[in-house]
Amino acid sequence: MPEETPVLAAENVTKHFDTGTQTVRALENVTLRLYRGRIAALVGESGSGKTTLARLLAQFYPVTSGEIKLRGQTVSRADKAFYGEVQLVFQDPFASLNSLRKVEHNVRRALKLHGHESGDDQVHELLGKVNLTPAAEFARKLPHELSGGQRQRVAIARALAVRPAVLLGDEPISMLDVSIRLDVLNLLARLREEEGLALLYITHDIASARYLSDDIYVMYAGQMVEGGPAESVIQEPKHPYTRLLIDSSPDPERAGGSSAFTATAKLGEPPSLVDPPPGCRFHPRCPFAMDKCKTDFPPRTEFSDGSWTNCWLHEEA
Amino acid sequence: MILDVKGLNVDYISAAGAVRAVNDVSFQLRRGEILGVAGESGCGKSTLIMGLIRLLRPPAAITGGEVWLHPREGRPVDIARRTDKELRKLRWRSIAVVLQSAMDALNPVARLSAQFADVLREHGYRNVEERTAELLEMVGISPDRARSYPHEMSGGMRQRAMIALALACDPEIVVMDEPTTAVDVVMQRQILAQILELRQKLGFSVVFVTHDLSLLVELADRIAIMYGGRIVELGEAAEIYRSPKHPYTKGLRDSFPPLHAPVTRLSGIPGTPPDLRNLPHGCAFEPRCPSRFDECAQRRPELLDVGDGLAACHLHDRERTAHA
Repeated sequence: MPEETPVLAAENVTKHFDTGTQTVRALENVTLRLYRGRIAALVGESGSGKTTLARLLAQFYPVTSGEIKLRGQTVSRADKAFYGEVQLVFQDPFASLNSLRKVEHNVRRALKLHGHESGDDQVHELLGKVNLTPAAEFARKLPHELSGGQRQRVAIARALAVRPAVLLGDEPISMLDVSIRLDVLNLLARLREEEGLALLYITHDIASARYLSDDIYVMYAGQMVEGGPAESVIQEPKHPYTRLLIDSSPDPERAGGSSAFTATAKLGEPPSLVDPPPGCRFHPRCPFAMDKCKTDFPPRTEFSDGSWTNCWLHEEA
Repeated sequence: MILDVKGLNVDYISAAGAVRAVNDVSFQLRRGEILGVAGESGCGKSTLIMGLIRLLRPPAAITGGEVWLHPREGRPVDIARRTDKELRKLRWRSIAVVLQSAMDALNPVARLSAQFADVLREHGYRNVEERTAELLEMVGISPDRARSYPHEMSGGMRQRAMIALALACDPEIVVMDEPTTAVDVVMQRQILAQILELRQKLGFSVVFVTHDLSLLVELADRIAIMYGGRIVELGEAAEIYRSPKHPYTKGLRDSFPPLHAPVTRLSGIPGTPPDLRNLPHGCAFEPRCPSRFDECAQRRPELLDVGDGLAACHLHDRERTAHA
C-alpha cells in the first residue's frame, strides 16, 4: 500500500456498545486506511464488524478508543465539511432514496445542501456520470419507475453531488439482480480512475472483492486478521480464517467433486461478541490453534508480497 | 423419475387481467437428483416451486398443466389436481419444502420440540422425542437444543433446523427456495455439505432454487435456467457452465467474477429483466441479447433438444438449417 497520507483512516479503533446490561465488543484495535484512487474491500461474515467500521469512518457514532483521521487530521465530530468529503452508499436502494420525489430532487438536494450550483445542468451531468442517460429523461422519473440498479446509480450520483474524496459502499450490490451487479462495480471502478475517489467496498462476496479492489481487508469477530494487495490475499491467504472464507465461496471451477463441500463441513460459527473468546477470536474454530492463540492476540507479521496477517502461525516462522 | 411436470402455467390474477409468472414449464425430476433452478428476481423460479407443492396463495393460481408425482408406493398422482385434503397426505411424506427465511417459517413462540411434534404426530409417528433428536443430530444440532425457541438460535442453526423439519417424514422430494441466501458463505457451505451427505444417505431428490448460478454449478446435477417465466435452458450442470447454449445463460455465468481464474473485465447483461405484464412478442431475452437477429423479435423460440441439453434460442435453428 502506498506511502502517502491516507485520505481517510481508522487508526487502532475500538468500539464497544453498552446495552445497559451487557457490553458488545464489536471492534477491537482495528486499523484501515483509504487512499486516493484506490479501492479497499472489507470482507468477513455478518457480525464481523464491517458495517460498524464503516459507520465509525462516517462518524455515525463515536469511537470507544482510537482515532478517525481525515487527511491525517483527527476528526472529533462530524459536520457538514466532513460529509463534504465522506459519503455513504447503502445496501438498499429502495430505502435510501426519497420515494415521493423525482430523481432530480433527490440529487439536487445534495448539491444545494453543500452549497454547490444546483441547476439542471449540474443534475444532468451527475446522472450522466453514473450512466443514467438520457439524463433529462431519468431526472424526471420517480424512484419506483427505476430498476434496482438504476436506483443504486441515483444513490451514487447523489453521493457524488457533494464532490467527496471518499465513498463508503456498504454492500452496494448485494440487493441487485445478478446480471446488473457488474454494471455498478464497473461504475465504481471508473469513479476510482476518473475522479480519483478513495473507495471502501464492504462485501461478503470475496470474488467481487477480488474483481473490484486493489486491497482486501479481512475481519473476523471484530478483529482485523489479514490485509494486503487483493491478489496476494486471495491466491495466498495467510490467515486460516481467510483460507476458510475463500474455500467456502462458490467456485464453479471446482464443479464435479463434492469434496469441496465436505472439507469445511463442521467448523462451527462465529462467537458471541458479548463474551468473545480471549486471544485470537478465531481460535475455537481454527484447525491450527495453539495454546498461545487462546490467551494473546498475535502481533502483525508482514510479508514480501505486501500483505500482512495477525496470526501466531506466521510469528513462529 | 419421480416428478413429471408438463406444461405448467401459473398466473397472478388481478382485475386488470392475468399475469403469467410461470409459462408452459415442463421438466422431469429424477430419483436422487439435485435439479437446480436459476434465474433473476421475477423470472418465476419461486412461483414455480410454490406451484409444484401447491402452496400458491391468491392471486396466484395454477391455470394449466400437470405435476405428476410418482411415489415409491402407489399410483402416480397429479398434484395440480388434488384437493387440499388429499394433498395433506402427500405433504412431508412425499414432498417437503425448505423456505428461504427460517425466521419467518418457524413459529417464533413455540419451542423446536413442539414444532417437530406437530409434524410428526400429524403424520402418525409415535416416538416423537426420539425422532426429533435423531433429526436434529442429522443436521449437526445437539438434541438438547430441541427446547430452544427460534430466536435463541443463530441464523445458520435455524436454517438447519428447517432442513431437519423438512426431512421429518423421510420425503422423496425436498424443494428448497434459496435455503442459504440469508446465511454467510461459511455456513452456506456447511449446510450444502449436509444436504449432499443426507441425500446420499436418504436418497431424496432436490429441486434447489437460487439466483446464484455459481453455487448451483457446484451443487446440482442438472440446472434449469428461467427467464421471463419460462425455462430457456436445461442441461447437465457442468455443461451449462462450460458451454451454455442460451445467450442468457452465458451472460448469467459471466456475471460472476471468478475466484481464481485471471480477472478480465466483465460486463454483465445490459438492460433489465422483462416486465411480465408486457413481454416482447418474440424471445423475451431479445432486447438484451448480444446475439439477436431479425427472427428473434418475430417468433418465440421453442425449448428444443440441442444435443447436450435443451435450449430455447433461434441461434440453434440456424445451426440446424446449416447442417441440413
